Amino acid sequence: MPHSYPALSAEQKKELSDIALRIVAPGKGILAADESVGSMAKRLSQIGVENTEENRRLYRQVLFSADDRVKKCIGGVIFFHETLYQKDDNGVPFVRTIQDKGIVVGIKVDKGVVPLAGTDGETTTQGLDGLSERCAQYKKDGANFAKWRCVLKISERTPSALAILENTNVLARYASICQQNGIVPIVEPEILPDGDHDLKRCQYVTEKVLAAVYKALSDHHVYLEGTLLKPNMVTPGHACPIKYSPEEIAMATVTALRRTVPPAVPGVTFLSGGQSEEEASLNLNAINRCPLPRPWALTFSYGRALQASALNAWRGQQDNAGAATEEFIKRAEVNGLAAQGKYEGSGEDGGAAAQSLYIANHAY
Amino acid sequence: MAPRFPALTSEQKKELSEIAQRIVTNGKGILAADESVGTMGNRLQRIKVENTEENRRQFREILFTVDNSINQSIGGVILFHETLYQKDGQGKLFRNILKEKGIVVGIKLDQGSAPLAGTNKETTIQGLDGLSERCAQYKKDGADFGKWRAVLRIDNQCPSNLAIQENANTLARYASICQQNGLVPIVEPEVIPDGDHDLEHCQYVTEKVLAAVYKALNDHHVYLEGTLLKPNMVTAGHACTKKYTPEQVAMATVTALHRTVPAAVPGICFLSGGMSEEDATLNLNAINLCPLPKPWKLSFSYGRALQASALAAWGGKAANKKATQEAFMKRALANCQAAKGQYVHTGSSAAASTQSLFTACYTY
Repeated sequence: MPHSYPALSAEQKKELSDIALRIVAPGKGILAADESVGSMAKRLSQIGVENTEENRRLYRQVLFSADDRVKKCIGGVIFFHETLYQKDDNGVPFVRTIQDKGIVVGIKVDKGVVPLAGTDGETTTQGLDGLSERCAQYKKDGANFAKWRCVLKISERTPSALAILENTNVLARYASICQQNGIVPIVEPEILPDGDHDLKRCQYVTEKVLAAVYKALSDHHVYLEGTLLKPNMVTPGHACPIKYSPEEIAMATVTALRRTVPPAVPGVTFLSGGQSEEEASLNLNAINRCPLPRPWALTFSYGRALQASALNAWRGQQDNAGAATEEFIKRAEVNGLAAQGKYEGSGEDGGAAAQSLYIANHAY
Repeated sequence: MAPRFPALTSEQKKELSEIAQRIVTNGKGILAADESVGTMGNRLQRIKVENTEENRRQFREILFTVDNSINQSIGGVILFHETLYQKDGQGKLFRNILKEKGIVVGIKLDQGSAPLAGTNKETTIQGLDGLSERCAQYKKDGADFGKWRAVLRIDNQCPSNLAIQENANTLARYASICQQNGLVPIVEPEVIPDGDHDLEHCQYVTEKVLAAVYKALNDHHVYLEGTLLKPNMVTAGHACTKKYTPEQVAMATVTALHRTVPAAVPGICFLSGGMSEEDATLNLNAINLCPLPKPWKLSFSYGRALQASALAAWGGKAANKKATQEAFMKRALANCQAAKGQYVHTGSSAAASTQSLFTACYTY
């Protein structure tokens, strides 16, 4: 083995590690507001709003105009490229509004999925070309973390060895490049909930995938203390007839993580993947009450599960903006509590909060 | 991915996990008394005692018949094949004496090294042939854990990728076979201290090796909660001119572990690898005081570092039994305290306890 050629200096490592810890400070999680233009089309069409750049700007303004109450529960916001350069009605860049609240700005950097020939509909994710230059520019423009989503699915023959190998490799390349540019990579190896498999099967697959992720990160000399993981919770497939409690989901999830995620990783920020707002909070809460020892922060990086009620309340009407923002703050605070195992449950049923947000074969 | 075929039932998992916990609970560690005939020859030669079966038996008898309170510091003893079937002067089997003290009995399972052609004198380890049958027999004969030592060295082009992959793979096969037979596998990927490399280089290599080990264990469906790890501490090479404090050794060691060893592993029992008795204790203590998160027990599996003073006190003479037992008990207690971060260095040490026990290119 040749002598190591350090990928990062001590100062670079410290910067990355400090950023990561700020994002997952106790009680804080991430608002994933990085929906691509195509994904926003689906969201807006559900509330009968046209998918224009202005409407997308107005909608993100609803979220970002939340008051200081979000400071204690939101540690980071993931932006889409377009949004990083948009401003509010007073001409203040969104980036600045978020930074002024002491929240870390992040940027989605992947360029979507592409098929893997010879597989059963599996994909990898593109975006590595020119990634270093893009990261350097994003860093100048205020971003301190990035996110890249890979997608795997469970069926009779998937995920295949190739899909796991290829996706974990691409995640590791992305992570390495981010760190070279002072950006904390959020590593997202999502295993979709599509299918009728049970909880155990999801746990097994999640363990295999995460073991491969961390081997790839090691091979690519990625500094784990300066990364975050954004995995799926371990859940049954959406078409599975067996129902499981939040405690069972928590136990399966924490067990899988304990077997694969080294303690050096400062935080695990779960994706909500189609769970309803309330489910996503209850599950996160159960995870933080799980009796197994958990050496990393366990928090949220939610898109739909933070925004569904807000989107519904807004419906494209500026008169509803204040009420919509309140809905968002409410979910943010609930998840801040869940990230500490302190959420007592809403007590109410129905409404947008309990509605399943599942969309078959979801792509951002 | 084919649907999984569980390697172990829940009862099997429970049994393995309980054995592993018993060995490392409450500051307990392991006495590695599994020196092969050849290695015992080296030890006995140092105190001018002939290497006969009877002499080997006598020395082990003195250690194993020590006062029952030894079970507060020793959770497990690793035996060599011959010793598993030996008896004390009254005809009582050693393994029963140990079990009655509440100490778990283990057995060395590897069968020595074999060269890897095309490498810079690197090796793999033999012993997989008929291993399942051997494990089944040892389990019947009272063993509840196994141990297998793989060796990697730091040198020009070493450890090579081949050496790392091959040794990690054989360790994983051994671990899988042990678990099928109710034995907890102690996984020992020793990076030997030969050489003049510094602390940082050893840390780098140890991280690469351990990442490969845990990927291999995952690939082979090994149940981590029913295993123990026996790694080297991260230290400079023996011929390195730079000196490091126990705190530096501790920080490098715990950093390497926390980047690679999943929290599911219940215990990490360091090998002493040629350190003096006192250094092995001081380093273990510093490791337990290291401020990084440590979700596994950090304990000892010492051979030389538990027995050097005892051997010197014995000198082959039955009349020295009491002095021998006292010397052994003293080191056992010291290491138990170190495993809780409570060791207080007394200042005075017998000559044997500070003497370096380094033997170039050590093989058992």
